Amino acid sequence: MLRFALRRLIVALLVALTVMVLSFMLTRLSGDLAISIAGASATQADVEIIRRAYGLDRPLVVQFLDWIGRAAMGDFGESFFFKARVADLIAERMPITLTLGLTGLAIALIVSIPLGMLAAVRENTWVDRLVQVIAMFGQAMPSFWLGLILMITLGLQLGWLPISGTGSWQHYVMPGIVLAFSAIPALTRLTRSGMIQALGSDYIRTARAKGLSRLSILGKHALRNAAIPVVSIAAVQLGFMLGGSIVIETVFALHGVGFLAWESISKNDFPVVQAVVLVLALIYIALTMAADLLNALLDPRLRSA
Amino acid sequence: MSGAVVMPARRRVAWGKRAGLVIGGVIVGAVLLVAILAPWITPHDPFVQNLDNRLSVPFWMEGAKPGHLLGTDGLGRDYLSRLIYGARISMLIGLLTVVTSGLIGTTLGVLGGFFGGKVDDAVLFAITCRLAIPVVLVALAVVGLLGSSLTLVILVLGLLLWDRFAVVARSTTMQVRNLDYVSAAWAAGLSTPAILLKEILPNIASHLAVVATLEMALAILLEAALSFLGLGVPPPLPSWGLMIAEGKDYMFFSPWVIFIPGVALFILVFGINLLGDGLRDLLGAGDTR
Amino acid sequence: MSAPLLDIQGLRVEFGDTAAVRGASFTVSRGETHCVVGESGCGKSVSALAVMNLLARGARRSADRLVFAGQDLLALPERRMAELRGDRMAMIFQEPMTSLNPAYTVGSQMAEVYTRHRGGSRRAALDRAAGLLAKVGITAPGMRLGQFPHQLSGGLRQRVMIAMALMCDPELLIADEPTTALDVTVQAQILRLLAELQRDLGLAILLITHDLGIVARIAQRVSVMYAGEVVESAPTAALFADPSHPYTRGLLACVPVPGKVKREEALGSIPGVVPRIQPGFEGCAFRDRCAHAAPVCAGPVPRQRGEGAHEFLCRLPPGWTATERAA
Repeated sequence: MLRFALRRLIVALLVALTVMVLSFMLTRLSGDLAISIAGASATQADVEIIRRAYGLDRPLVVQFLDWIGRAAMGDFGESFFFKARVADLIAERMPITLTLGLTGLAIALIVSIPLGMLAAVRENTWVDRLVQVIAMFGQAMPSFWLGLILMITLGLQLGWLPISGTGSWQHYVMPGIVLAFSAIPALTRLTRSGMIQALGSDYIRTARAKGLSRLSILGKHALRNAAIPVVSIAAVQLGFMLGGSIVIETVFALHGVGFLAWESISKNDFPVVQAVVLVLALIYIALTMAADLLNALLDPRLRSA
Repeated sequence: MSGAVVMPARRRVAWGKRAGLVIGGVIVGAVLLVAILAPWITPHDPFVQNLDNRLSVPFWMEGAKPGHLLGTDGLGRDYLSRLIYGARISMLIGLLTVVTSGLIGTTLGVLGGFFGGKVDDAVLFAITCRLAIPVVLVALAVVGLLGSSLTLVILVLGLLLWDRFAVVARSTTMQVRNLDYVSAAWAAGLSTPAILLKEILPNIASHLAVVATLEMALAILLEAALSFLGLGVPPPLPSWGLMIAEGKDYMFFSPWVIFIPGVALFILVFGINLLGDGLRDLLGAGDTR
Repeated sequence: MSAPLLDIQGLRVEFGDTAAVRGASFTVSRGETHCVVGESGCGKSVSALAVMNLLARGARRSADRLVFAGQDLLALPERRMAELRGDRMAMIFQEPMTSLNPAYTVGSQMAEVYTRHRGGSRRAALDRAAGLLAKVGITAPGMRLGQFPHQLSGGLRQRVMIAMALMCDPELLIADEPTTALDVTVQAQILRLLAELQRDLGLAILLITHDLGIVARIAQRVSVMYAGEVVESAPTAALFADPSHPYTRGLLACVPVPGKVKREEALGSIPGVVPRIQPGFEGCAFRDRCAHAAPVCAGPVPRQRGEGAHEFLCRLPPGWTATERAA
């Protein structure tokens, strides 16, 4: 177990390093950053000043080492558009994105686990078929469009929920629903296949032979085993959701990290862009590691191995 | 017997799956046909503005103007014509992205699965790194830095969406590699590239076809999202995502401007997914999600 | 003679068009060990599951009579049936490796049977579980209660299954090939344990097996099943001494008996395969493989009664084996 964890950690560090290189390279794609920062109306002299001010006149390797050296200390440099420390900007916006991600995940789990269980219990009936079609509906729904439709219906026509902003918990309901849609298909299918496997197993036959109630058989004996892969995938899904929240934050004007990234991209604010890419990737890496650990905690066979 | 008896009895619902395949095929085929025939079937030029005829309503609403079946957009352009040309962009992006990402992913996956060992470690590492990268964010950043264009969107999505191809190609290659006929090919003295191309690839093709549908659907949705955020296909090209973005300003008063392209997008992606699901059952490609 | 604990008459189980059990009849008395033997697919396991009402969805069960301890099981709704299961009738299975839930401890799985049927505290249930683990020959029961199934060997898991089945002092224990998946030495231990429990607790055991060696060692009464029917039923000694159905004779000829079978002599085997029973099948299902088959075998087959509750399903007269031996 310890060996496994150690190996896992080394791989995670290597992945993190690769992602650092990639997010650094990303901002250098356009060739001369100084020109794009300075804007179209800048003179040659302005560009030179900016180049020196941001240290862009140094060799790329030096720039990179300087950047990761500072990033390791939690210093991502300064945003030239917001005129603030990038680390502060991200720290300030992160709670909104995390709240949104967790809301989305919670909604996704609340919907997909019962749905998947229902499909498994009624395997190969019209109920099962219907659940699978619903899952496919979720997969085909463009999230930003669903967001707009919800704004028109729930927000404007019915007036149940606020249309945009971050004032209260109600502001997170619609974006949460939209974000959940992206995770519901995968989680529903996983719950369904896990439950089908569990329900066909010998230990469920034993549970029935023991005369246990249907609730105990489904909710305790089958679900516990079916839930193991669901829980670990849910952690990974949260990672995808945080990465994908940029679209939804923009639609609902939620000023989280995704919205920050979108603003910075449109303003060519490269220190912020590369920092956000890096932070989201690191969160994803941490979440996949957490998923592995969670798996080991939930499955007694892995725990003692 | 005792083990099998407890398995729930499987009632066949083959017709349901077959129906999905047919419906999916019809939807995708129809959109493809419309995309190809676009210049000949559009009633108007999709780029011509008519500021005197802005936001004319579609046929099912009162006050619809003849000649504009789906009405006109905020600049007075014929909505049906833009929708038809939008199908072109969606199909083009979907197909070309899948070709690009399919080439990258399949190559990596087959190499890793076939050679194993260090090569496989490297491929797995590449897949792990790729999954850690937030797709939408990176695609937006690249387009933002380099300027929006159709080619760039295809290239960026193609370079980002190869992970599932690699995962599936890798695992299926591992299964196929150990089968008898591949050993027989070895024994017959075939070269490694010949074995990869003639023995492995045809046998994992059905799995890859299913992945291709899933990725195509994803690419179309992502392009729409990028264009919606203003960092995808540049205006005035009529991408469905862009049409939704342009309609956003009028959506509270004329909801149909975002309703129409959204429904088109949904139907196309749903059709592709249905097709993929049907293919999966037809080809017995197992679970490739 | 008092009423039997379990009385099965004319049991039928169908999956779609195929009938897995076609009018099987046998009885189990209180405190006796009754073995049902037959080759795989003969319907013996399905019959056991049918008694417990544990058949898969899609299986249809019917019977002329299915009575347990005076209760008509056919008329019992599933909710009431679940109250009987694990309480008054318990079951253990062939696959000890997979029959316990991997996610819960031995103690938790044992305790829940007791709290479900008898109520009371979890503590009391765990105490009882520890006592039963000791009774089935498991050392350090307190430690085992906290372990997970994957930490136990196959033999230990089957002992746990047995102990779990005994949590509520059932009157009937159905054991479906309980030793098939185990090593030979462990098999013997488990059989000895079952025999002891049967004697000590006055338990009735319905043991499903394909192994005539087990039958000879443990059973008081045997029923032989073939193609969904009970073709012969008799006290163990009588069956081994005077097998009356040609199929039973064939089965016995397949078992080597040290000292009786000569080294060079070929072991017996039954020619042909078990027929697929299509709807509308009539007559004796064994006739295609039987050396004594006659045209009448395609018609209804009589159920005959020999001496001492020895029944068999064949046209040949009782005692035909004696005349054959004389000839």
